[in-house]
Amino acid sequence: MTTSMDAFVNKEYKYGFVTDIESDVAPKGLNEDIVRLISAKKGEPAWLLDWRLKAYRGWLKMTEPHWPNVHYEPIDYQAIRYYSAPKTAKPLGSLDEVDPKLLETYQKLGIPLTEQKLLAGVAVDAIFDSVSVGTTYKAKLAEQGIIFCSFGEAVQEHPDLVRTYLGSVVPTSDNFFAALNSAVFSDGSFVFIPKGVKCPMELSTYFRINSADTGQFERTLIVAEEGASVSYLEGCTAPKRDTNQLHAAVVELVALDNATIKYSTVQNWYAGDERGVGGIYNFVTKRGKAARNAKISWTQVETGSAITWKYPSVILQGDNSVGEFYSVAVVNGKQQADTGTKMIHIGKNTRSTIVSKGISAGEGQNSYRGLVKVLPKADGARNYTQCDSMLIGNRCGAHTFPYIDVQNPSASLEHEASTSKIGEDQIFYCKQRGLNTENAISLIVNGFCKEVFKELPMEFAVEAQKLLGISLEGSVG
Amino acid sequence: MLEIRDLRASAGDTEILKGITLTVNAGEVHAVMGPNGAGKSTLAQVIAGHPSYEVTGGSVTYMGRDLLDMEPEERAQAGVFLAFQYPVEIAGVSNAYFLRAAYNEIRKANGQEELDPIDFLDVLEEKLKLVEWGPEIMSRAVNSGFSGGEKKRNEILQMAVLEPRLAILDETDSGLDIDALRIVAGGVNKLRHPERATIVVTHYQRLLNYIVPDRVHVLAGGRIVRSGGKELALELEARGYEWVEDAAGVA
Repeated sequence: MTTSMDAFVNKEYKYGFVTDIESDVAPKGLNEDIVRLISAKKGEPAWLLDWRLKAYRGWLKMTEPHWPNVHYEPIDYQAIRYYSAPKTAKPLGSLDEVDPKLLETYQKLGIPLTEQKLLAGVAVDAIFDSVSVGTTYKAKLAEQGIIFCSFGEAVQEHPDLVRTYLGSVVPTSDNFFAALNSAVFSDGSFVFIPKGVKCPMELSTYFRINSADTGQFERTLIVAEEGASVSYLEGCTAPKRDTNQLHAAVVELVALDNATIKYSTVQNWYAGDERGVGGIYNFVTKRGKAARNAKISWTQVETGSAITWKYPSVILQGDNSVGEFYSVAVVNGKQQADTGTKMIHIGKNTRSTIVSKGISAGEGQNSYRGLVKVLPKADGARNYTQCDSMLIGNRCGAHTFPYIDVQNPSASLEHEASTSKIGEDQIFYCKQRGLNTENAISLIVNGFCKEVFKELPMEFAVEAQKLLGISLEGSVG
Repeated sequence: MLEIRDLRASAGDTEILKGITLTVNAGEVHAVMGPNGAGKSTLAQVIAGHPSYEVTGGSVTYMGRDLLDMEPEERAQAGVFLAFQYPVEIAGVSNAYFLRAAYNEIRKANGQEELDPIDFLDVLEEKLKLVEWGPEIMSRAVNSGFSGGEKKRNEILQMAVLEPRLAILDETDSGLDIDALRIVAGGVNKLRHPERATIVVTHYQRLLNYIVPDRVHVLAGGRIVRSGGKELALELEARGYEWVEDAAGVA
């Protein structure tokens, strides 16, 4: 393209710093002793250790999946460290006891944890490497019976709830990375909204990988009882390093009758440099189960990671349940993404909506992969899928792999797809009206993503728009 | 205001403008006419700075500045406006948002304060009347699903809001029915001002019944082959383009 577009310069990844803090780390490699070590570090009950060991033994028999449209060197699972915790962290302590270095880290990330500076209207659980370092607004939420805490704390204080729901949506045997996560997960967030309660504020978890050579395996479990509702958001960043780091998380959502769970992700893990060196492998399993009249809505803005492999899904088990998936996935440089969703219609009159916006720039490769499955008893099931791809420049790629499996004749499915190239003409039109190239691209891309951004909570929609602008800088050439 | 001297421009290996010389003064309306392929739209695009064309010779001076040395957005910020022959669609971006973004970029570049959405509404309200439109159009995405006539009217609305010093209308009349033509021409006429100049690029004389030009130029084979007053347009209409092409020895 033209020189004016070439003149765009890549902005530095601004979350690439490392916090210098002493950590309690497990030796590299994975075996049953490591699983036992992690469980012991967290003071877990025997049933949970057994659950982990079962997952680990299952994992040993599984092979890494290679069907996604992504390419990378084999991962050496014995070269990864499976546990790392900042030494001064007191998992069960109050925020006042959190190491100032950690508070400073989150401050730099724009996530204030000190009581005076809390984000208004948003409760935050901050996860640093393998452990939660603090959760805000806990007491206030507890007044309504809402539990929002680190996973480790939930295991200690609400073991029955954890035992009832852990693995109920994503079983340990589900897939290779879910099995690995089940064996070695270290922390994560736990949310429980009791019957009839509408959570009065956004709940949010901020994940930060800091240590080198460490995998991050967090586990999030959200349970909304009958008639309850909650909106939850996660954000993620990591330092710049020239080795790849594995992030294999599992998120389970349980929405009982008439409950609503809205789950939003702004994923900005380090993506590697322009030559494709370093960056996070983001191999994540996210799934929700919706009971009668329940609604589960996933919204994701995926701009980071060297490789993204995730399919936030909904099992529409109850009659009249609703599943939604709104996604913006951006790849630039050498990034690869294979992402989409699965909507499994089991109950009658179940409805699902899929809106996927893929943006490919630089030499990025972006794949949408989605399954809509309608089982025999799902009378009147409906799905609408819209899958749009935008290409910026001529060295990137967009791919679409839609799977449709309908076993009930009364189902109705719609699929719309488009691919467009951000054109010289569109950019010139904006420039002729006085906008520079950067603003023109940002305007066009944000317009393209509008249907997804409008699903994000207000304050995060603004962040997402800015993030998109930064991710695409230097993309046109 | 605008001095074009022996301007040559190519698209790829093909030379399209083969030495254009044209002077446009403030307060004037110039019509550039000519058969298809004469280079009319290329001239308009080159003045606006479209990257598909390479200027291979000559000069363009705009208000004392070397126009060819300026980025397209700098030209726009300095008051050059092109009403596109084929206005571009931008999905998901409202007409109001786009126009305010443009308006504010131009104000910012000229050291003026940017307007917030509320104040901008006042500006907009007045200009919408010029093109006989209600406010509904502003919440639609830029040119998305617009009819051909609506797109052209939208260009005139943008021109009215941005208040350029030099407006170039590239075949704004093509594809318009008589009502739309009247509205578009009315919009242009209301913007006539002693400090503004307008270049109307058109294939047909019809538009010039509504926008009466001070000067008419006939472009053929990448050159201006004839210039005259408004009566030249009528003569062309009566005798066809072959007349000038033959006279100028253009095939």
